[in-house]
Amino acid sequence: MEAHEIFEHDVLIIGAGGAGLRAAIEASSTGLKVGLVCKSMLGKAHTVMAEGGIAAALANVDERDNWKVHFSDTMRGGHYINNWRMAQIHAKEAPDRVRELEAWGAVFDRTKDGRILQRNFGGHKYPRLAHVGDRTGLEMIRTLQDHGIHQGIDVHMEVTVVHLLKDGDRISGAVAYDRERGRFRVFHAKAVVLATGGIGRAFRITSNSWEYTGDGHALAYNAGADLIDMEFIQFHPTGMIWPPSVRGILVTEGVRGEGGILLNNKGERFLFGNIPDNYKAQTAADAEEGWRYVLGDKDAHRPPELLTRDHVARCIVQEIKEGRGSPHGGVFLDIAWIKEKLGNAEEHIKRKLPSMYHQFKQLAGLDITREPMEVGPTTHYVMGGVLVEADTQMSTVPGLFACGECGAGINGANRLGGNSLSDLLVLGQRAGQYAAKFAKDKGDTRVDEEEIDAAKREALAPFDRPVPDAGNAYQIQYELQDAMQDLVGIVRNGEEMERALVKIGELKEKAQKVGAVGNREYNPGWHTVLDLGNLLTVSEAVARSALERKESRGAQFRVDYPEKSEEWGKYNVTVRRGPDGSMQINRIPILEMPAELREIITQMG
Amino acid sequence: MAKTKFKIWRGNEKGGELEEYSTETSEGMVVLDAVHQIQAESANDLACRWNCKAGKCGSCSAEVNGMPKLMCMTRLDELPLEEGVTIEPIKTFPIIKDLVTDISWNYRAKQKIKPFKPRPPDNEDGSWTFYQEDIDRVQEFRKCIECFLCQNVCHVLREHHLEDEFIGPSALVYTAALEMHPLDTEDRLEDLKNANGIGYCNITKCCTQVCPEHITITDNAIIPLKERVVDRYYDPVARIWSKLTRRS
Ligand SMILES: Cc1cc2nc3c(=O)[nH]c(=O)nc-3n(C[C@H](O)[C@H](O)[C@H](O)COP(=O)(O)OP(=O)(O)OC[C@H]3O[C@@H](n4cnc5c(N)ncnc54)[C@H](O)[C@@H]3O)c2cc1C
Ligand code: SF4
Ligand code: SF4
Ligand code: FES
Repeated sequence: MEAHEIFEHDVLIIGAGGAGLRAAIEASSTGLKVGLVCKSMLGKAHTVMAEGGIAAALANVDERDNWKVHFSDTMRGGHYINNWRMAQIHAKEAPDRVRELEAWGAVFDRTKDGRILQRNFGGHKYPRLAHVGDRTGLEMIRTLQDHGIHQGIDVHMEVTVVHLLKDGDRISGAVAYDRERGRFRVFHAKAVVLATGGIGRAFRITSNSWEYTGDGHALAYNAGADLIDMEFIQFHPTGMIWPPSVRGILVTEGVRGEGGILLNNKGERFLFGNIPDNYKAQTAADAEEGWRYVLGDKDAHRPPELLTRDHVARCIVQEIKEGRGSPHGGVFLDIAWIKEKLGNAEEHIKRKLPSMYHQFKQLAGLDITREPMEVGPTTHYVMGGVLVEADTQMSTVPGLFACGECGAGINGANRLGGNSLSDLLVLGQRAGQYAAKFAKDKGDTRVDEEEIDAAKREALAPFDRPVPDAGNAYQIQYELQDAMQDLVGIVRNGEEMERALVKIGELKEKAQKVGAVGNREYNPGWHTVLDLGNLLTVSEAVARSALERKESRGAQFRVDYPEKSEEWGKYNVTVRRGPDGSMQINRIPILEMPAELREIITQMG
Repeated sequence: MAKTKFKIWRGNEKGGELEEYSTETSEGMVVLDAVHQIQAESANDLACRWNCKAGKCGSCSAEVNGMPKLMCMTRLDELPLEEGVTIEPIKTFPIIKDLVTDISWNYRAKQKIKPFKPRPPDNEDGSWTFYQEDIDRVQEFRKCIECFLCQNVCHVLREHHLEDEFIGPSALVYTAALEMHPLDTEDRLEDLKNANGIGYCNITKCCTQVCPEHITITDNAIIPLKERVVDRYYDPVARIWSKLTRRS
């Protein structure tokens, strides 16, 4: 086997989005040697695309807000199967993490009295999202990146990890290849943090980039860690649908936060007719009250467009199915209507939603200050991920940590908008801190040369296999995306998911046989073959977990089990690789919430 | 649906040439869609960078019919399709493969700039008080998605390759964001004048013309920075004044 380059780090962080960067900054602040690896260039991770904002109970706009309200909103949004401890930590620590960004140079939009401005978002009782127009993710990743590059972190850009190494039970490093030359790098580490983001490329219509192939999920699974909540995929209600080539690109919830309304082809605000019971008390009675809420009237309740994403997405699907959709199979999202209410509406929209304005103008030839947009649901976020301890973010494999979108627990059955960016910061910081502590406490590890060789051989195998005329790696990926979209999508049933599993099985076999053309230098065809293995693993985990959960809750809606079940509210579904390599599904009971937290939830109504 | 011809530069640091492909194009498609389609159909190993497909990450910079563009924001129906569409890598930086270039120099240039250094917090909770009008300008600069299209067209880099002397327009935009940040207390003027070479910019404004984020690079960032440097180093009254005020 050819030689590889070796890198020694105390803590290795895989992923340079918000979570990975925050973890790296924290770990390196303890004086340890930290390596940071990412598939793309620095600053290009998914976090850069986030638009709407970061949720934190700063109470700058509404002084009634505090961590308790944020905690209870998060639990309600997650249908109470979230890890309550994580939700508590998150709500408590998010304000400090946001202020810290300001100390590192972030420039958030301001309130009139010179503080960080906060905006309304779905499922948040008060205006809570710190933001910069609709490019909050850019502000966040750039701040972390610019701060991080002066901390002495070793950054490995365009390097993809394909395998995690173990020393007995404990994690000891990773095997990766560099995209530029296709050469191997082996990382020795005392602790490893996964921060690889999501799995959205498993679906056809998605707001996610090529990077979102569930690598971290699959790496952890293959290393013996448990995954949890994999049945919960967030379909964001508003993705672009026209023209076809932009299908899936996100339209931020910020549009609705600024007063945008959803209409069917009869011009009706259909969400008013469809408000779930447990949100009735918090939702506006009519359009007039909804608008007052947008303007900041503290006595008004939020408009139904700001109900949680799972619900809004399903209502949109229903409108379309029942023939009240827009010409290209979506519904209308109208922000231009606020002209009736605001003198300077056009300028206001351009200032608060500049990239949405630009995106529609450029890609759809549509002026959102004048016309309604056409939108429909798009795959957006995975609530499920690596099972970790709430306080430390360590997985079931000693020394392996996970945070950000590839970690799980905080969101339960549905994530509230804005809670991801804050979770990246809060739990990323903790993952970095505890990974550093673990590395210091536990000391050196060994790596196994044979394990390394095997990983390298597997990564190179596609070059020895033929590339079929029909059915190359890209086409297998499309087939998988179609199957997941059609059979394990927003509306699910058991029989279809069984079919999806059969299909996944077939595609796995095809994927084992498919080869790559060309050489090892920057070869996306080869990379796609390797990513495919991960996508298939996570797709299977999603389908199996969804089949296991025989109820409808949050992001999972099953026509064969349309009701929420009290019994299922007591469990999370976990996924583990069995000794024979097959995927095993289990349930773990949800720990009982302490009385004081239960009390908070009751109080908040 | 119609077939459109594309000429895409294929090769590596040793050399390469335009290769012809043809693929179905439909309403609303952008250049990046066509590249992806060609990659999936007939050139599996065609190298290109992208992430967001919505003009937000600055990964997909290329020269489309000779114009520096983000491929994901360039619609095919804006281009004359009859003659075919030519797609080449950006020219200023070393080629890695096909449409992918080695842009790492830009990261090193940025690292030379002294980081943000805020004044002590104004409030007990560690926060500061400042107003929207104090940051409108800074927010313009912070829109930068680091696509490096401006670096690509700046003749100081593209023709004269003064990479060791001049950090280029995008890094100047970043410097301006720091210098005009209401909380920042760092002094970067000496670096700007010497190590970072602001004097090499002769205000041709080519950078501003290609910026996909419509940042007014020259007028709003570079010229005010130049003025600050001039005030400090070339204006004796200003120099004495700044010495006096700094001491007090
Ligand atoms: C369009 C859009 C808008 C959004 N808006 C919001 C919002 O307003 N508010 C909010 O809270 N959330 C929002 N989200 C969700 C949020 O942006 C993401 O959940 C979050 O950014 C994920 O961050 P992360 O750090 O976990 O991962 P990412 O930022 O995705 O980073 C993942 C990193 O892992 C690396 N990586 C992956 N696999 C490997 C591998 N095998 N080897 C090496 N490196 C690897 C990648 O290169 C990348 O650096 C939005 C998401 C999208 C898509
Ligand atoms: S204005 Fe200055 S920085 Fe911009 S392209 Fe011209 S010389 Fe380069
Ligand atoms: S200033 Fe504009 S052109 Fe230059 S890197 Fe930033 S976004 Fe790109
Ligand atoms: S892919 Fe992100 S800017 Fe083009």
